Amino acid sequence: MNLSRNTAIPWMLWRRQVAAILRLELKKSLLSKRAWWIYLLTLGPVVLTALHSLVARGGEHTLAEDNLVYAGIFQFYFLRLGIFFGCVGIFSNLFRAEVLERTLHYYFLVPVRREVLAVSKYLAGLIAAVAFFGGSALLSFLFISMHWGPVFEEYLLRGPGLAQMGWYALTATLACVGYGAVFLLTGILFRNPMIPAAVVMVWENLNPFLPSLLKKFSVIFYLKSLCHVDLPIDGPLAVIAVVTEPTPAWLAVPGLLLVSMLVLGYAAMQARTMEVSYSE
Amino acid sequence: MSEPSIVFDNVSRFYGEVLGVNRVNLSIPPGITSLVGPNGSGKTTLMNLMTGLIRPTRGAIRVLGLPLERPEEVFRRVGYCTQFDTFPKGLTGYEFIYSFLLMHGMVAAEAHKLTLQALDSVSMTEAADRLVAAYSKGMRQRIKLAQAMAHGPSVLVLDEPLNGLDPMARAETITLFQKWGAEGRHVIVSSHVLHEVDRISDQVILLSHGYVVAEGEIQGVRSEVKDQPMQILVRCDKPGMLAARLFERDHVVEAKIHADGKGVLVRTRDADSLYLLLNRIVMESGLEIEAVAPADDDVNSVYQYLIGPEGGAA
Repeated sequence: MNLSRNTAIPWMLWRRQVAAILRLELKKSLLSKRAWWIYLLTLGPVVLTALHSLVARGGEHTLAEDNLVYAGIFQFYFLRLGIFFGCVGIFSNLFRAEVLERTLHYYFLVPVRREVLAVSKYLAGLIAAVAFFGGSALLSFLFISMHWGPVFEEYLLRGPGLAQMGWYALTATLACVGYGAVFLLTGILFRNPMIPAAVVMVWENLNPFLPSLLKKFSVIFYLKSLCHVDLPIDGPLAVIAVVTEPTPAWLAVPGLLLVSMLVLGYAAMQARTMEVSYSE
Repeated sequence: MSEPSIVFDNVSRFYGEVLGVNRVNLSIPPGITSLVGPNGSGKTTLMNLMTGLIRPTRGAIRVLGLPLERPEEVFRRVGYCTQFDTFPKGLTGYEFIYSFLLMHGMVAAEAHKLTLQALDSVSMTEAADRLVAAYSKGMRQRIKLAQAMAHGPSVLVLDEPLNGLDPMARAETITLFQKWGAEGRHVIVSSHVLHEVDRISDQVILLSHGYVVAEGEIQGVRSEVKDQPMQILVRCDKPGMLAARLFERDHVVEAKIHADGKGVLVRTRDADSLYLLLNRIVMESGLEIEAVAPADDDVNSVYQYLIGPEGGAA
């Protein structure tokens, strides 16, 4: 056996262990029959926006209107539905599915710090989620306005289009970071992660109606702050909505990252004390 | 320097209200140790405890001097082949072993080399590139064994490792255990097949209802069972005469002629006195004794005496 392995500084060892876990986990996260519904969540808006481009060719609307529609799709579909439930499916199952399939013990019987295992699994889930939903958001952004041809090209390359696309990609990534950490934790703590997922969903969707202070204890509040197009709440609900000054990006991004890292750290600590008891 | 044993210090484990194991004090030395007991006696709980998959409700466990709270150190030296017949999906036999060796932090070349060695040791080289899901029960059992021992652990914990193996594979696997035991490793095996346990074990731990009923070398355990007369088979030329002489003694409970007519099966409460008596009979009557051997110092007999035929405590 290679002695250098035992004397290697932890960072080097951890790097190899993280790479080994990613190698195994990515295969499971990206290519899993169980994840068929996540593929649907991902492909849905891509197909719809592509169809829009085909159908709306020469239609009576503007590029600005397409942008507004996309902002709606992004905020209401991607952030509140697609990424939310996608992250429930991906991150809750990082540990819970191993318990259901009775394979968690293989991970617990290798000389890997449980914290390293939890972070590695989280990274694998994050890569998969960003690939799925970041990719889907970007493709949808391109497809919805593709039918404008040179006008859209001009908007994208010499106008604000590229920056907007960057913000959408960043926001989608941060959504995966935030919701991923939350659902990794619920997957470790709860035997049925759907119950806490439902609670989180209710909380996140109540956000527009919460007092300003409570709004800040949610992921969606910071994500909405990063969306450049503001979509006002119309109809009777507008009466009870509480309008709050959005958090500036320089605070929202590190704030969300910090909260996510705290949740991830707590999840890693919980993983350290986790037992393998499949029959319970 | 690390201590060379696996030590349980007053360990109890409860699953809610249900007892797993209770007040276990053990020091398991190197060699092959078998855990024997009926279903639900606590064998798997004991194995899960010594590998840190579950934690004791009370007490402490140290494996080769290492506390189980540090899996990153313990599992360089421990391998566990569990009873679970489940595997990560979509992996071939080779990938299954190789992937988890990489998680040890090994470089690819080293992991590859150890994977091939492990596959070879369980005669699975030819099936290495097939999906584990397509393996037979016996092959799955062998690939699990290979995965547990691929990193060369000094402690191997094996829960029912012979389950599902055909006779040839059983023999090969037992030879492998004996080799590991002879190398000074700790090989801890649970098995229901008592004659195999008897064949391979250096020491046994008998469990019943979550308690350690007896532990140690099997002959030592048998000699501690005072309430059950020892059975000794005496091969001789005049079994009738010998039986008559033996009946004169109080400590002899039973003496019956062996089925082949060439010996006497004696049940005695005092084996030492019996041996002295045999010497005297030989001197006085010219009896020719071919062999004297204990007939019930095997695991099966001890199991029957201590745990009973139905698996309940005797």
